[in-house]
Amino acid sequence: MLYREAGQFKATYVADQAMLPIVQDRWFIAAVLGLAYVVVPFVASEYWLQAVLIPFLVFCMAAIGLNLLTGYAGQLSLGTGGFMAVGAYSTYKLVTMFPEMNVIVAFLLSGMIAAGVGLIFGIPSLRIKGFYLAVATLAAQFFLSWMFNKVPWFYNYNPSGTITAPPRTFATLMVTGPEATAETRYLIALILVTVFALAAKNLVRGRIGRSWMAIRDMDIAAEIIGIRPFQTKLLAFAISSFYCGVAGAMSLFLWLGSAETEAFDLLTVSFPVLFMVIIGGLGSILGSFLGAAFITLVPVFLTNAPQLFGFTMATDLQKHLEVMIFGGLIIYFLIVEPQGFARLWQIAKEKLRRWPFPY
Amino acid sequence: MDILYSFLVAPFVDMWGYPVFFAEVVINGLLTGVMYSLVALGFVLIFKASGVFNFAQGVMVLFAALTLVGLMEHGVPVWLALALTMVVMVALAFAIERLMLRPLVNQPHIILFMATIGLTFFLEGFGELLWGSNVKKLDVGIPNESFEVGGILLNQFDLFAAVTAAALVGVLVVFFHKTAIGRALRAVADDHQAALSVGIPLKTIWVVVWSVAGIVAMVAGIMWGAKSGVQFSLSLIALKALPVLILGGFTSVPGAIIGGLIIGVGEKIGEIYWGPLVGGAIENWFAYVLALVFLLFRPQGLFGERIIERV
Repeated sequence: MLYREAGQFKATYVADQAMLPIVQDRWFIAAVLGLAYVVVPFVASEYWLQAVLIPFLVFCMAAIGLNLLTGYAGQLSLGTGGFMAVGAYSTYKLVTMFPEMNVIVAFLLSGMIAAGVGLIFGIPSLRIKGFYLAVATLAAQFFLSWMFNKVPWFYNYNPSGTITAPPRTFATLMVTGPEATAETRYLIALILVTVFALAAKNLVRGRIGRSWMAIRDMDIAAEIIGIRPFQTKLLAFAISSFYCGVAGAMSLFLWLGSAETEAFDLLTVSFPVLFMVIIGGLGSILGSFLGAAFITLVPVFLTNAPQLFGFTMATDLQKHLEVMIFGGLIIYFLIVEPQGFARLWQIAKEKLRRWPFPY
Repeated sequence: MDILYSFLVAPFVDMWGYPVFFAEVVINGLLTGVMYSLVALGFVLIFKASGVFNFAQGVMVLFAALTLVGLMEHGVPVWLALALTMVVMVALAFAIERLMLRPLVNQPHIILFMATIGLTFFLEGFGELLWGSNVKKLDVGIPNESFEVGGILLNQFDLFAAVTAAALVGVLVVFFHKTAIGRALRAVADDHQAALSVGIPLKTIWVVVWSVAGIVAMVAGIMWGAKSGVQFSLSLIALKALPVLILGGFTSVPGAIIGGLIIGVGEKIGEIYWGPLVGGAIENWFAYVLALVFLLFRPQGLFGERIIERV
């Protein structure tokens, strides 16, 4: 009744090919954006912004990046953390070397640097496939985090080996550093994620996205119909690494403030981002958001749940239980819906179309 | 020029100049490689029979070692603790088959891979919940003394590990080639559907293969646990086994052994002769890069089945 496309006639091809062809979808997205931009900064507490919403946005960015590579181009990668580290460290170097540089420009430039690094580590993908490739991308992860630990130039010869986001302004507004308010950092992250999600959504609807999907579905067949596998795969690696690099820069400058290479570890970053992509739905931009929300919110919920229900338990016991429940939930969701939350969303929309008179 | 010399010439001059030391490095590398092979073996068994890339193998090693140590701390004699741990690993195999694999039949590989990572988290939490998370010493009475043979320093423990690994591989080979279950396992590894159509029960086979992998994990857990203590980082040796796997090929038992030896030796030589030149601590990624170089020439690993693609 509320959600149906009957009566919505398209008079032009442009309208027919719109990103959101149904009016209700457009309203829904507009409402979500309005909520995120206008309402949330006013009502959310410091804790919510810092511990939930900003990491959520950072991981959305990384998940979109990995989804382009794994979900659309079909190249399994476990090196996300490494590419995020490239983004974080190169933004740090750029911002400290050129103090007058606009911090957003530094973000984008370091995304480019990450894309370059991604290109190099994407080269084996022409010959190596599937799990062999996944393990090969681990080389990127370990090599990069070793390099950022061992070469002091990357952390400006700081004796503690950490990198700290220096205070920088964007049009008189304090964006990074200890004095930047959580609201500002949240809004900057939100703007970046909105712009790049939109870009990704349009990228996958066009020629590039289709060639990626052709490669994913069967690369030999794609080659026969005239898609160059090498260029297409490398492009996927480059663009995906760009997103991961920006996500890494965001995580250092807008979320953590200061970090070491451990902040971009395999177990704390690369696997969780892969979980987001798979639980959210491979080959779906919306799925990246849903997966990121799930993976960032579940640990927060598990940490706070005992207090909510009035239990108290030893911290290490609680930590083990958390890990256990997290693992169990992942298996559970893979079993009930291997296609991810994006598929559940689709099913819900189908149901909603016929509501309240299903046949 | 100096840099080129120190990278390309000096290490080889060193090797040539001190052959005994070089031999020691190689032998130590071989013995470490055996330990890697033990972990990689479990991966290969499961991948061959069910096509599942079981990331949880590392945590199974930890879980088995934790169970063994936990039982022994409660005063259970060694032989009984070993037997009980085996029972636990078999029970775990049943549970995994029933609760995880069966509902996920026919799903793409990546979903199963993710599920095993979920299992990793679960088992890690579960094991530490049961047995605590502090570092434990595992002592099952393996001798651990060094002695010299022709100027080369050897360790009894490492030799013991090598002999155990050889025995384990021997038993597995006999099991795979001479018993009915072994033949069924090989049939399933070849072709699931063909195996089903000649009446091989897939579910039983999976339980068997996960049990065998669990027992292999237990052996690896004893070896690694006795060497470096039973603690969380034990589960990270899965990451050490991965380059061994891609080097040897996911589907080959001999590949896991040879791959382990190559990685072990390569890593030791790289660490000792080239490590200081680039600042050390290269063992985290050196094995991966080594494996990657091999892969560029043989994408299916040294002994993997040839990848044939058809449209």
